[in-house]
Amino acid sequence: MGLTNAYCLMTKNLKKMASKTININLKIWRQKNANSKGSMETYKLDNVSTDSSFLEMLDQLNEQLINERQEPIAFDHDCREGICGMCSLFINGEAHGPDRAVTTCQLHMRKFKDGETIFVEPFRAKAFPVIKDLVVDRSSFDRIQQAGGFVSVNTSGRTMDANAIPIPKHDADKAFEAAACIGCGACVASCVNASAMLFVAAKVSQYALLPQGKVEARDRVLNMVRTMDEEGFGNCTNTGACAVECPKEISLENIARMNREYLKGMLSAE
Amino acid sequence: MSILDSKIPEGHISQKWTDYKDHLKLVAPNNRPKIDVIVVGTGLAGSSAAASLGEMGYNVKAFCFQDSPRRAHSIAAQGGINAAKNYQNDGDSVFRLFYDTIKGGDYRAREANVHRLAEVSGNIIDQCVAQGVPFAREYGGLLDNRSFGGTQVQRTFYAAGQTGQQLLLGAYSALSRQIGLGRVKMYNRHEMLDIVKVDGKARGIIARNLVTGEIERHSAHAVIIASGGYGNVYFLSTNAMGSNVTAAWKIHKQGALFANPCYVQIHPTCIPVHGTNQSKLTLMSESLRNSGRIWVPKKKEDAEAIRAGKLKPTQIAEEDRDYYLERRYPAFGNLVPRDVASRAAKERCDAGYGIEANDTNEGVYLDFSSEIKSKGKQAAYAAGNHNASEEEIIALGKKWVESKYGNLFQMYEKITDENPYETPMKIYPAVHYTMGGVWVDYNLQSTIPGCFVAGEANFSDHGANRLGASALMQGLADGYFVLPYTVSDYLANEIRTGAIPTNTAEFDAAEQRVKDQINKFLNNNGTKSVDFFHKKLGLIMWNKVGMGRNEQGLKEAIEEIGALKAEFHNNVFVPGSADELNPELEKAIRVADFIELGHLMAIDALQRKESCGGHFREEYQDAEGETLRDDENFKFAGAWEYKGDDINQEVLHKEELKYEFIKIAARNYK
Ligand SMILES: Cc1cc2nc3c(=O)[nH]c(=O)nc-3n(C[C@H](O)[C@H](O)[C@H](O)COP(=O)(O)OP(=O)(O)OC[C@H]3O[C@@H](n4cnc5c(N)ncnc54)[C@H](O)[C@@H]3O)c2cc1C
Ligand code: SF4
Ligand code: FES
Repeated sequence: MGLTNAYCLMTKNLKKMASKTININLKIWRQKNANSKGSMETYKLDNVSTDSSFLEMLDQLNEQLINERQEPIAFDHDCREGICGMCSLFINGEAHGPDRAVTTCQLHMRKFKDGETIFVEPFRAKAFPVIKDLVVDRSSFDRIQQAGGFVSVNTSGRTMDANAIPIPKHDADKAFEAAACIGCGACVASCVNASAMLFVAAKVSQYALLPQGKVEARDRVLNMVRTMDEEGFGNCTNTGACAVECPKEISLENIARMNREYLKGMLSAE
Repeated sequence: MSILDSKIPEGHISQKWTDYKDHLKLVAPNNRPKIDVIVVGTGLAGSSAAASLGEMGYNVKAFCFQDSPRRAHSIAAQGGINAAKNYQNDGDSVFRLFYDTIKGGDYRAREANVHRLAEVSGNIIDQCVAQGVPFAREYGGLLDNRSFGGTQVQRTFYAAGQTGQQLLLGAYSALSRQIGLGRVKMYNRHEMLDIVKVDGKARGIIARNLVTGEIERHSAHAVIIASGGYGNVYFLSTNAMGSNVTAAWKIHKQGALFANPCYVQIHPTCIPVHGTNQSKLTLMSESLRNSGRIWVPKKKEDAEAIRAGKLKPTQIAEEDRDYYLERRYPAFGNLVPRDVASRAAKERCDAGYGIEANDTNEGVYLDFSSEIKSKGKQAAYAAGNHNASEEEIIALGKKWVESKYGNLFQMYEKITDENPYETPMKIYPAVHYTMGGVWVDYNLQSTIPGCFVAGEANFSDHGANRLGASALMQGLADGYFVLPYTVSDYLANEIRTGAIPTNTAEFDAAEQRVKDQINKFLNNNGTKSVDFFHKKLGLIMWNKVGMGRNEQGLKEAIEEIGALKAEFHNNVFVPGSADELNPELEKAIRVADFIELGHLMAIDALQRKESCGGHFREEYQDAEGETLRDDENFKFAGAWEYKGDDINQEVLHKEELKYEFIKIAARNYK
């Protein structure tokens, strides 16, 4: 069969193929802008394929709203494969919803039941003000990074050969695991204190584990923690909720490492 | 004479860049703070350019439409980045990377640019390691490599299946450092909607603040566009939802020629489409072809039984499997280039051997069982267990696979609800990358003076097909190691210009164009959503300007897209207002540009009466179904000049491609 018909047939046929559809009720936070008061609104959505992702379900709802000439729901997203960190959402009381080790864009509707009522709210924290509906401002994370989340090396390309310093695989792997943080903010939204410790600790750990990061280790941790406090994030009281909801399974070990780095930094700063 | 001057320097290929660089003009450090540079885009190309220029002391303003520069689409790149380091001692060299890239591009890229790319590739890895990018390492602590398609060496550096993330976070850290130092001012959630030219030169942009809706004027002495590729013209692609052509298309409308729009890469290994509400497709990295073997059943009845749910792939005996890539291309096997692998999958599925359970049968297997066994055996042996049981071997093999590809396997399972450690992955080709883009000369300058284009947004390095792991290389090469030199050369003539005012007629006119378009959409009062039109466009593009193209289909596409454009502008409904966050408005502006671009792609594909790389014209193939190039008539880059609203009026300019250092030949992976 030629490709020409293939795509049409495929899209037609997939309706049939979709394993199952469910009908759901949604309670979604609507807020016109940063200055207005928001509220939960109720929506009903039928024929949601269980193979759809959560965001595809919201697309479907938005299409319905547009066809009814209502304003669609604003939410953040981009890559839709769990890596850009742009999607957020507090779903049924959990950041990124009920599944583990996934972002909202990777959450699938097969995790929900027919007839279920699903609650959708923005990530809430003083340092993440709401912009509109489910969209929040996380630029505070960028400012923490600007305070020290880098190695001060110029981009001339004239550094030493990449293999000049061997790095034990174990350290490199640990640094990578910490560097896998996508900056989504679920840790903050899940924390009773709205603390950004897990996010900051992931960055501090990545560099602390690598020889390239050691030179500026002291200033880095002090500056990043100071900025974190200035941005209005809360203190860490070790509840561990952040690591449970973190889609990239960033471990609490990183917070312990950052605390050690911070202590070292404070001591040598004196 | 053509208006295209590629400015390729004289000299031997291996000396061109070095000699050229030595003679470029410089701007003294004390003059740099008086000069403004705008960078649109913060992917690998934009972040690295903004960080480098900021570091040099220019006043840089950087823009991205996401809420943070770290979220640019580069973040999603999975498999790796090439560099001619020859760490594996398998005979790699700058020349070989250069040669592989030219051949991979089916002899439709510019030699001098590609050689420069190969030359600086090693520095990229050095730079990234110095920035603390945690690449994968071997037990000895040195960097690990893997293979990618179209090569016979191991030159790909990687960080699990998240290489793009780690590289972008590296570039983002360099950018953040400059933002912290006040040398780069970052504009998140801003979208460039037009370019401003004064006396023919690029002098600024018009951007919309996506939160407040405010239309802003920004002036500069040079503008760099690093806005990524246009794969989303197909609606469904592996690109991020927001990836778009608007920045590139807007400069095209103001005089930048757009080259080879028909060159699109359809990637062989993506998760097949699941349903009508599907919003995007997910790539399964090419690196998986290092370990996975691609097959369909040898017997049609087996394929039928699988589709009917009566047979499982694991029940098909070894001798009843058709490892068609290994069969057709023994020299490269599963690691043939992407265009070749994609067409081979389509050939098998069209012939009735596809395994996906729908009428079109569009799916093939990517099977890891052989690798799990062999790597498990090796691991057992290395651990001193010379008589390991089958179960022990498989357990160790799975562990090995997890360490290499864990995040990809998890992603697959979350999407499909199937466990790829136990059953082969189902995959099918999908739109992935666009080799075409804004035409640029050797300096990466477009035909608008002062407007440079970098990364996937330009057309320069990949010819008609890009080899895996070379887009990341190009993005960082452009931003870290090419633009700082060539942009400075241009700016050397601007040290006396002084700040560019924004209260001029040129800015007024550009702002008016943007406001008119926005108002038109908001007052249109149509009945259909933006997505409705975007999906329609995607269907036309995939069916008629997709993996296989022919004259009749292309002519139909041109008609249909023309009609779609009229319907879109008459009948699209954009809710909300101009002075707020309005995602539907953002999409409407992008889709308007996609429609025009799609039209040009069809015209370009129609014009190119040959098959090369990803551009497969069904009329031009050999007896075995391989591409048939026509070097006599089509050995050129085709750059289109905008001539007003009717895209049919665009004029083609040809840049003849000269192969002085590589002998042009039929591309053979057998
Ligand atoms: C899933 C996937 C996997 C891939 N894996 C690999 C791989 O393993 N190896 C490899 O080499 N390549 C890979 N590629 C290709 C590679 O990732 C891209 O080609 C490359 O990252 C593009 O980088 P860029 O800097 O040109 O653009 P992008 O990263 O796309 O960045 C574009 C930037 O421009 C901004 N922008 C766009 N328009 C505007 C506007 N109008 N106004 C303001 N800002 C704007 C965006 O906000 C963004 O910051 C992959 C691609 C995909 C889709
Ligand atoms: S630590 Fe986890 S939850 Fe927090 S920002 Fe990073 S990825 Fe998100
Ligand atoms: S949209 Fe990118 S992580 Fe969800």
